[in-house]
Amino acid sequence: MTTTAAPPARSTRPPSHLVADSVTMLRRNLLHMIRYPGLSVFTILGPVVILLLFVLVFGGTLGAGLPGVDPAGGREAYVAYVMPGILLITIAGTASGTAITVSMDMTEGITARFRSMAISRASVLAGHVIGITIQSLIAVALVLGVGVAIGFRPTANLLDWLAIAGLVTFISFAVTWIGVGMGMQSKTVETASNLPLILTFLPFLGSGFVPTDSMPAGLQWFAEYQPFTPFIEAIRGLLVGTPLGTYPLLAVIWCVVITIIGYVWSMTIYERKSVRA
Amino acid sequence: MTRSAIDVRGLQKSYKDKVVLDGVDFTVEAGTVTALLGPNGAGKTTIVHILSTLVRLDGGTASVNGFDVTREPNGVRSAIGLTGQFSAVDGLLTGEENLRLMARLRHLGPKRSKTRVAELLDQFDLVEAARKPLATYSGGMRRRLDLAMTLVDTPSVIFLDEPTAGLDPRSRHTMWDIVRRLVADGTTVLLTTQYLTEADELADRIAVLDGGRIVAAGSPEELKRLVPGGHIQLRFADAVSLDAASRLIDGSDRDDAGLALLVPSGGGVATLRTVLDRLDAAHLDVDDLSIHTPDLDDVFFALTGKKDAAVPADTKGTVS
Repeated sequence: MTTTAAPPARSTRPPSHLVADSVTMLRRNLLHMIRYPGLSVFTILGPVVILLLFVLVFGGTLGAGLPGVDPAGGREAYVAYVMPGILLITIAGTASGTAITVSMDMTEGITARFRSMAISRASVLAGHVIGITIQSLIAVALVLGVGVAIGFRPTANLLDWLAIAGLVTFISFAVTWIGVGMGMQSKTVETASNLPLILTFLPFLGSGFVPTDSMPAGLQWFAEYQPFTPFIEAIRGLLVGTPLGTYPLLAVIWCVVITIIGYVWSMTIYERKSVRA
Repeated sequence: MTRSAIDVRGLQKSYKDKVVLDGVDFTVEAGTVTALLGPNGAGKTTIVHILSTLVRLDGGTASVNGFDVTREPNGVRSAIGLTGQFSAVDGLLTGEENLRLMARLRHLGPKRSKTRVAELLDQFDLVEAARKPLATYSGGMRRRLDLAMTLVDTPSVIFLDEPTAGLDPRSRHTMWDIVRRLVADGTTVLLTTQYLTEADELADRIAVLDGGRIVAAGSPEELKRLVPGGHIQLRFADAVSLDAASRLIDGSDRDDAGLALLVPSGGGVATLRTVLDRLDAAHLDVDDLSIHTPDLDDVFFALTGKKDAAVPADTKGTVS
């Protein structure tokens, strides 16, 4: 059947509203956050509790065990050591929120509506990613504020702070794409809320809470080569002036890799299964 | 000008080993309503999903407004509106926000968006609830909002996948009225339903789908002529009246145990009037009267010749 009339020109164009549609979807997600702040509050409360627990309860002892630290000033040394790890937990925690909202969208049937409309495919997901990235930045700032309140004293200058903001944004962006993929992959909202917990554990299995050379050989190998270690070390270097080395470069490379994986993963599933079977 | 708004040829679709569509052919003329009638699992929703570019076809061709669903999905998407079985609304926003979201995604521009949203709220009787969160909406309201969202950009072809499933009779009639208005405005509608009454009310043409194939197609009248089973049932107080009535009305079947008389009828008023006039003339009192119209079961069984059709007709679908 190729004898049908020639299609009008306006409809053969490729999707050309990528930016406008992404802004629309972003607006929708921000509205969700404002209207139902529960999820956002939780992504801040979780890391704050961990921060208080590790600094006030374990901090004295853990700090005293750090190399080159005077046992008397253990807690102060530990808050400086643990802060980057806590910030990464904050970022990883927002992935859980992403996965939940994406998964809810998929089960609500509104994604099928979006897909049946002539709107840019990536926009629906980009709306989520940008929205959560903004949320993630706010959460990181607030958690950092709590850290300062309990004795964290960063030594960063203006340039360092800009670099930190840039890096945190990029990491959040990358991790959120993984969150989107997890949300799409999950068959139920419950799975979607649990799957990203893996990400929250990664800072523990890296240099977030204790130096990696205090770990057993196998774990140490994993800790040194997983993405959260360069993330943590780069942010730590910028915040309190520890040696940066190649960590910032590794962190950026990891961000690019994770973003690409998350993006391809999400888009593949989006194309394939936005209709409930 | 008559051209086909929807053209489906030899459509094939399977999920793993399960064949869902096995060579479906049909066309829908622009500006008409076609109903796909069939039981659960017949493939109705799969057809709608293929035509709205949500599901890929395995074989055959399908086009909407001249756009091939596989090669020109964006052309199809800009021409269609879809209201599915699952409500495709954003439950965290208000009704008005949902409509505005659609207006933005259809790139109507701020001014036209505003007037169109106000228009739709009014038309779908949602003005009062416009600023309330969707959690407070009833099933009927959600369904109306869902359809309103589909209509934001006045698409020329609309797919309604079981638009009245789960609605109460009143909401069902509201929905029917809305569909009729759409058609009056020249929109092409493809509707899926399990109810013959609904197809009968709304459709110009009906295609009966069973096991992934179209087993019959035609106007509602043509289809109903294929189906026996419509009758008027008259119940009498005593056997004497029943005897008298059965002599009076030709072609009737007696049910002595139930003191009832079954008169075959095509569902028209004429038969009913004739029967009542005759009984009246003979001064016979009728205790109870009910009209049995052929329903989807009857159509379906008659067309597919399934064994279950042996179930006595009067145990099914009573309309009185």
